[in-house]
Amino acid sequence: MANKSKIPNIAEIMESIKSGKIWKDFTKQVTESQIWTSSFRHGYADTPRNRVLQIASNVWLHLHPVKIHRHALRIKFTWCMGGITFLLFLSTVVTGVILMFYYRPVGEYAYFDMKYLQYDVPFGMLMRNMHRWAAHAMVITVWLHMFRVFLTGSYKPPREFNWVIGVFLVTFTLLLSFTGYLLPWDQLAMWAVTVGTNMARGTPFLGHEGPFQEFVPLISARYDMRSALLGGSLVGPPALLRFYVLHCIFIPLVAGALMIVHFWRIRKDGGISGPL
Amino acid sequence: MAFPAKKKAAQELPEKVHVWPYLVRLEFLCAIIVILVLTVWSIVIDAPLEEAANPTKTPNPSKAPWYFLGLQDILVYFDPWFAGVIAPTLIIVGLMLIPYLDVNPKGNGYYTFSERKTAICVYTFGFLVLWIALIIMGVFLRGPGWNLFMPWQYWDPHKVVALVNVDLPYAFGIRTYLNASIFGGAVVLGYFGLGTAVYFFMERKAIKNVGFLRMFLKINLFLIMIGIVIKITLRLAFNIKYIWVTPWFNI
Ligand code: HEM
Repeated sequence: MANKSKIPNIAEIMESIKSGKIWKDFTKQVTESQIWTSSFRHGYADTPRNRVLQIASNVWLHLHPVKIHRHALRIKFTWCMGGITFLLFLSTVVTGVILMFYYRPVGEYAYFDMKYLQYDVPFGMLMRNMHRWAAHAMVITVWLHMFRVFLTGSYKPPREFNWVIGVFLVTFTLLLSFTGYLLPWDQLAMWAVTVGTNMARGTPFLGHEGPFQEFVPLISARYDMRSALLGGSLVGPPALLRFYVLHCIFIPLVAGALMIVHFWRIRKDGGISGPL
Repeated sequence: MAFPAKKKAAQELPEKVHVWPYLVRLEFLCAIIVILVLTVWSIVIDAPLEEAANPTKTPNPSKAPWYFLGLQDILVYFDPWFAGVIAPTLIIVGLMLIPYLDVNPKGNGYYTFSERKTAICVYTFGFLVLWIALIIMGVFLRGPGWNLFMPWQYWDPHKVVALVNVDLPYAFGIRTYLNASIFGGAVVLGYFGLGTAVYFFMERKAIKNVGFLRMFLKINLFLIMIGIVIKITLRLAFNIKYIWVTPWFNI
């Protein structure tokens, strides 16, 4: 009868909560269970060496340096805006791939695919909403990120070039959003893109209503800067296909590549800027 | 006596910290919050889907996506070749040039206003006024015919706006085409020439250090930005349409 475990009284329970013993006992039970030991081959000891390895030997985390300046952790400094922009970009990639399963960029189908997606596809409406709101939010966060980088003077040497990459990134973010705007193929989409691309008529030399176009042979409403963007003289099915390809393939690839360079340069330029 | 010990520890903290766990846990927390907000937002608010695209039915007003409404608003004051092509190009190129034009070594990596007043004023003015304020105006106050409506006003598609705008040379009593062209050219070129000259005179001591090209680009980009504001003011206050009319382009 001596080895029968005795039921602890309230005071003992409180004591074990206070001292953290209850947590230790719990982790011990979990990590020594058969399920756990068969899944994870060894434990994680919180040593400096392991902290380094967590970053350096993980393909997703290794874009980070293994150690950073303490000041780089301050949310008050970075507003976390670059990171949030990247996260929103990833959200649009994930939800966008799902939307692509149901959407055909063809004049006859596009709008009805949107309707189908909204009313018949399980979680279709949610995917569409998340894709759209993340894209809009990304435009706002990238502007705020840029504003923060300006206010902290982080474009100054040695980070000049990363600012230049950033300007490419903000441009591609806007283009990404703009090309996506056409895809629902509704009135909002068609006319917003009509207004947006009408400007290209005014391109100097290359737009058929632009300055100096009379000096360039062959420029007409059918063959000018605007029709090169739209694949025709108005926003029609060829424009839909063009914008689709740009939106789903070309711009995300270029922007993604530039983001990798951007992150790489943050490290090479000595990490997040700080008062030194 | 845990408190003094903690304080002492804070002073002796190392300058560098491990990314795992200190940064990764912050990023993780931040990601959870953002994804949560995005999900709840997307459950509550539906993305718009209007009727099917119809090339024969032009909505009034037709608006570009909200993030381009600043540029669309500039269209009121400038022709498309400037508002739609040159202005965006200048914004992009100008932004890229910022690190090469701003040679002030102070304020690198911390918030300060007093050490870089001009830079912060110019950028904040461009961003908050010329970009954000125009967008807000474009989204909420621009109605049919791109006319200005206050939030409590009815969007009347038949609102009549008197077309009383005249060109600047005309306002000065110049009536022949050639003279008007020359006058307008003189005003525009004079604005840039004089602005540049005054700036170079005021900053003459800096030319050797900062460099001619850098100063030239800096002041002319600035003059273009202020020029847009001047043109908007001229239109709103004096109904001036163009300043310089030529056979090829109008400004
Ligand atoms: C798709 C868009 C972008 C993404 C995903 C992105 C991401 C990031 C991230 C994660 C950081 C780390 C610090 C932070 O979060 O603030 C960063 C830093 C930086 N970004 Fe961006 N960024 C983008 C666009 C831009 C733009 C538009 C600019 C400026 C024109 C810019 C310039 C910089 C600079 C100079 C730094 C270094 C800041 C410092 O050292 O304090 N980035 N970016």
